[in-house]
Amino acid sequence: MTSRDKILAAVKANQPDLRPLPEVVIPVSHADLIQKYTEVASGIGAKVYEVESVSQIKSILADHFDMSKRKVTTLADFADFAETDILQLDPHALEDVELAILKAELGVAENSALWVAEQHLGQRVVPFICQHLAILVEREKILPTMHQAYEYIGERDYGYAAFIAGPSKTADIEQSLVLGAHGPRSLSVFIV
Amino acid sequence: MGSNAKTAGTLDHADLSDIFNRDEPRVNWHDETLWFVRTKRDRAAHSLPEWELLRETASGIKHNVLSNLHNYLQQFEEKAIANGVQVHWAADAKEHNEIVLSILKKHKITQMVKSKSMLTEECHLNEYLQQNGVGVIDSDLGERIVQLAEEPPSHIVLPCIHKKKEEIGDLFHVHLGTEAGESNPQVLTEAARQHLRDTFLTRKVSLTGVNFAVAETGEFVVCTNEGNADMGSHLADVHIACMGIEKIIPERKHLSFFLRLLARSATGQPITTYSSHFKKPRPGQEMHIVLVDNGRTTQLGREDFRNSLKCIRCGACMNTCPVYRRSGGHSYHNAIAGPIGSILAPNLDMKKYADLPFASTLCGSCSNVCPVKIDIHDQLYKWRQVLVKEGHVSPVKAVGMKAMAFTFSMPRFFAFAGKAGRSLMRLFPFAVNNKLNPWFKEREMPAPPQESFREWYSKNRK
Repeated sequence: MTSRDKILAAVKANQPDLRPLPEVVIPVSHADLIQKYTEVASGIGAKVYEVESVSQIKSILADHFDMSKRKVTTLADFADFAETDILQLDPHALEDVELAILKAELGVAENSALWVAEQHLGQRVVPFICQHLAILVEREKILPTMHQAYEYIGERDYGYAAFIAGPSKTADIEQSLVLGAHGPRSLSVFIV
Repeated sequence: MGSNAKTAGTLDHADLSDIFNRDEPRVNWHDETLWFVRTKRDRAAHSLPEWELLRETASGIKHNVLSNLHNYLQQFEEKAIANGVQVHWAADAKEHNEIVLSILKKHKITQMVKSKSMLTEECHLNEYLQQNGVGVIDSDLGERIVQLAEEPPSHIVLPCIHKKKEEIGDLFHVHLGTEAGESNPQVLTEAARQHLRDTFLTRKVSLTGVNFAVAETGEFVVCTNEGNADMGSHLADVHIACMGIEKIIPERKHLSFFLRLLARSATGQPITTYSSHFKKPRPGQEMHIVLVDNGRTTQLGREDFRNSLKCIRCGACMNTCPVYRRSGGHSYHNAIAGPIGSILAPNLDMKKYADLPFASTLCGSCSNVCPVKIDIHDQLYKWRQVLVKEGHVSPVKAVGMKAMAFTFSMPRFFAFAGKAGRSLMRLFPFAVNNKLNPWFKEREMPAPPQESFREWYSKNRK
């Protein structure tokens, strides 16, 4: 008997009688989503900008980050601003990226998380290896809670995807919060 | 020394707590730090009017999982294989470790980076790999710190919560070359960032834990704040994810409940910075999942204790526990400390962990904060009964319990014993204020009252 068969047999013998999955509707409010999103995101160290145009985003980024350093993006609108040809690279070659500009499919007001899926990343490592991260999200795609987020995601296929909320951080040393653990030191969110 | 039966050289929870309690200011600091985390949890929980509904539902989902685990495991395996992932099954810690080593050997790997996985702590994977010539670097900052200190984590979410920043500064000075005396968390974290970035860039194999695995899709979710699981895995040629079989949840949409509860319960954050959904290996990468039993199927068969398998490892029960906060994680001499560790550990080895269910006041705070509503303090109480019946409790404690049961069952004797005790304390205070009385330890004995409540009541009742 393989371990697989042994484990499955033991599970079958020991599991309790079938209990149904709970079906519940969690109450939700759709009020002031942008305001709520902005409050929560700012509370965990992200910067949030409500913008009208791509050029406005570019000028904000130019003001805040070192433009002489390497920038990458998967967005055609930023092709004149950052490197777009990253799909074929060895992920290690992204080691010196200062700024990455990506797009999220949705944002979640309750926790400020942004859903980024592999299709929009270029490389999975991009939002982690960069020193600073900028993510665009459409105003209408800010949803109230995680329940609406997973409803939106539905059964779509991806190899990898993540919710990202704020810059990378740690409080492992005496509970002192430090931004910039292993991933980006800052997150700028552009609500368009 | 504590009173439990133990083999020579083995210290139990009471002994280890004594050692921890020698430094009183540090105990107070530890207590306050964890209580601070608990209050953050409260603020996060109270900000959601639906909090109790979320807990109830998450508990219900987990109950369904336990009752249908046989099917969910097979469904998960089938989907994961279809996604291009290699699935392994390990009956125990030994087999788990051997599977990991065999993957490393196949790729001729002698250096691996690992993000947080309590399962690998439970299996003592690092020691095993070291003995077999593989170096492991833990990439979570807290875990890296305890690794440099050659200690196990003392908390499942905050691995080095027992360490002062000055001690961490000393460790970093020796191992990472920071300035002597440097203890600024910002500076120390930056030093670790540089050191671990080099590790991420040079390791070919990355091992991660798993927070949730979805039967419906075959994907698994890993939650971190630092981004270390992702940095490791997206740069490595091989990603190994190790999980206990109880980590399965039925459908992707159920993640919404668990992700809403996990970080709020753990640290009071609305969500961890990263909730990464791994479904398929990236092109050219190899991905493995190791499904581990190691006693879980036995626990599943123990009706009174199976709910412990609902645990999502948030650590809320530790942060709130008055015993954990004042005895420290290492006093539990188990990979998982605190109340939840004390109901998981005896399942693995009743004799070795017989002391742990007694390391509790049964105040019930753990059950009140548990995001999946595990009846933790009831299980602690039930384990005590099992352990006494099975003969794993010292004769002294067993005799004491019997004497107490006798006294409580005889009202006249109870009244007499109370009166005798009060007189004894008044006339011969040294009879109780001495080191032989365990209640005198760390405490002043109270002044004995003139009469018992019962005497007062019979005089005053109208």
